[in-house]
Amino acid sequence: MSTVKAQVTERTNYLNADYGVRSWLLTTDHKRIALLYLISITFFFFIGGFYALLIRLELLTPAGDLVQADTYNKLFTMHGMVMVFFFLIPSIPAVLGNFLIPMMIGAKDLAFPRINLLSWYLYIIGGALMCHCMLTGGADTGWTFYVPFSAITNTKFVEAGLAIFVAGFSSILTGLNFVVTVHRMRAPGMTWSRLPLFVWAHYATSIIQLLGTPVIAITILLVAAERTLHLGIFDPKLGGDPLLFQHLFWFYSHPAVYIMILPAMGVISEVIACYARKRIFGYSFVAFSSIAIAVFGFLVWAHHMFVAGISLYSALVFSMLSYAVAVPSAVKVFNWTATLYKGSIHYDAPMLYAFGFIGLFTVGGLTGLFLAALGIDVHVTDTYFVVAHFHYIMVGGAVMGYLGGMHFWWPKISGKLYPEGWAKLAALIVFVGFNLTFFPQFILGYLGMPRRYWDYSHMPEFQVLNVASTAGATILGIGYLLPMVYFLWSLRYGDPAPDNPWNAAGLEWKTASPPPTFNFDSDPVVTWEAYNYDEIDAPHIQEAPVGR
Amino acid sequence: MADSPIAVQGTSHQVHNPALLHHFAQPEQQRNAASLGMWWFLATEVMFFGGLFCSYLVYRLLYYPEFAACAKTLDWRLGATNTAVLICSSLTVVLAVWAASMARRTLLVVCLIATIILGFVFLGIKGKEYHDKFVEHHVPGPTFSFEKVPIPGHPGEYANPQRAQIYFALYFIMTGLHAIHMIIGIGIFTYLLIMAWKSRYTPKYYTPIEIGGLYWHFVDIIWIYLFPLLYLIDLHK
Repeated sequence: MSTVKAQVTERTNYLNADYGVRSWLLTTDHKRIALLYLISITFFFFIGGFYALLIRLELLTPAGDLVQADTYNKLFTMHGMVMVFFFLIPSIPAVLGNFLIPMMIGAKDLAFPRINLLSWYLYIIGGALMCHCMLTGGADTGWTFYVPFSAITNTKFVEAGLAIFVAGFSSILTGLNFVVTVHRMRAPGMTWSRLPLFVWAHYATSIIQLLGTPVIAITILLVAAERTLHLGIFDPKLGGDPLLFQHLFWFYSHPAVYIMILPAMGVISEVIACYARKRIFGYSFVAFSSIAIAVFGFLVWAHHMFVAGISLYSALVFSMLSYAVAVPSAVKVFNWTATLYKGSIHYDAPMLYAFGFIGLFTVGGLTGLFLAALGIDVHVTDTYFVVAHFHYIMVGGAVMGYLGGMHFWWPKISGKLYPEGWAKLAALIVFVGFNLTFFPQFILGYLGMPRRYWDYSHMPEFQVLNVASTAGATILGIGYLLPMVYFLWSLRYGDPAPDNPWNAAGLEWKTASPPPTFNFDSDPVVTWEAYNYDEIDAPHIQEAPVGR
Repeated sequence: MADSPIAVQGTSHQVHNPALLHHFAQPEQQRNAASLGMWWFLATEVMFFGGLFCSYLVYRLLYYPEFAACAKTLDWRLGATNTAVLICSSLTVVLAVWAASMARRTLLVVCLIATIILGFVFLGIKGKEYHDKFVEHHVPGPTFSFEKVPIPGHPGEYANPQRAQIYFALYFIMTGLHAIHMIIGIGIFTYLLIMAWKSRYTPKYYTPIEIGGLYWHFVDIIWIYLFPLLYLIDLHK
């Protein structure tokens, strides 16, 4: 045994196969590209977080005393643009999806490894443009950059738009790679009904990326043309129609929310099954609810425009369709909780994040139904209620899923174990900090505090809840810093991870930690069903066929 | 069990086909992946142009008289010629794919050259049209002028210049993006020509010709829609 162990530690893997900057910057290995993405999105996460910190500090007091009004507009604009386009959208797909999808389906790499590298470079070019935009003054349009304002503001909107345009193509290429990989690269025996739900979720996400992102690209081009040449396409003074912009914008930007949440749902399905030691309840329902969310997601965009002057009839239809999205989302939540029933539940750190996800996503999803209702929407449009709602989905949902996934697969990625105690503490801090930050905003919004206000001195009664929110944001910030610290710590001081530390199902756990460059030492053949935890946990009857 | 990655690489490179990339098991899998990838890419292109077609539809319904008046200022004969040029180029692309599958290198090279030439003919005619619009001050922007242009079928009524400018903005953005796609297509076909010249394609491996051809056909189809939408509005009124 000891000789085997010695071999294991010396084994060549994707990290030590080659050294030097060149071997990283010109790599076509999906695992290395995933790490490049991990570093880049972490950079942008902390930039976006810094803006959030300044926003919360400004709102600590009713008077607009920390920054000027113009600066505040730029702060929330750049916070939104950086977080949405440079952190949330690439987060789980480009890091965990990139790293795991080929391994989960038993492939050596994605279908187009060089296009995968190209997508990272496009992301970096977009990111550089975004940094240039931020350093030369930033834009003040809000992340939604509504016309006609975005066509006339004299801040740096063109740079920001171009950055989003380029990063969008990075997202398209990632989605293209995933779809083709799932179709064409599955190992023998890896049928569609044996795919991990993580892969199903990414398949659905990729379809949204492919069909949605080009529309935001053309929208940005039109706004840029409008801005430089005053064509009048979106300018009502010249006969243009600003509502058309909103339709085009939300046609992408609503489905974009599902680009953020669906991969997180995929992570949660893996984690719940592993730590409840059970096959996921209703596998095919969970799988197809991902596809259903992707399809319905394209049919609800105008619920962002109920007060923008669309006709009552189309508002009614879009309201109804928005309710329809709740069905597949609820299918997932019910199936996860049903999986827990009579499961042998282990409260490890990834599972804590998964529990956090289920709770926060449920609150975010249900308040989404409030907003889909025409009457309530009129009352709370452009208030902090909306801000709280989408942060429950994007931060409470997507970021919890991302962190849970990072913990779950960290041993596979790095070959090291993270400190479990600290990880549990961080999960708790994130959960508490998150709720303290954003729950008060529901109340603020319902009481009538508008979003994007820099000064609320005419409504000082809102200060208490704002102070609570800012205090929560500080706790949340610590909760986000902690994992970064102990992940980095574990790289050097962490215990070496065994190949399958959680005794989890899934092909990615059947190879070394960290995996070799081509993922598997021999080409895998799949003969078992997904999430066969009953077989894994019953070693003595492994050989005999189980009569179920 | 403890194989090094080099050994793994060795096993996966036992295949003799030099065009087969390491992570594919068989050439068939690689070809299917490339083809599916191009089809999905074309789906993204449909959505990309779809946003423009949608905008076009909105303004055409809002400002139909102006759109008809503007369409009349375009030369439909040049547009029709370009349509014919592109249809011919699609034929040469199909022939190129067939020639590659039949190992007829000379025919392949000739067809690729013909496709590239037809692409340039299209761009030349388009350039002539752009030049005419520039001379007539129909390019949107500060110099735009569209005074006293009659609305077809409505004697004594003139087109609103602001609404006309929206038509021409869409005209230039749509045909301009289409032209950029043509230029990219010519670039792709030049690459295919060089590779075909070097005899890189065999009946067992001509995937690049196939997927390059898919792209070219797609760009043609965009024009097939652009031509009637932009040139042929209500000419008989």
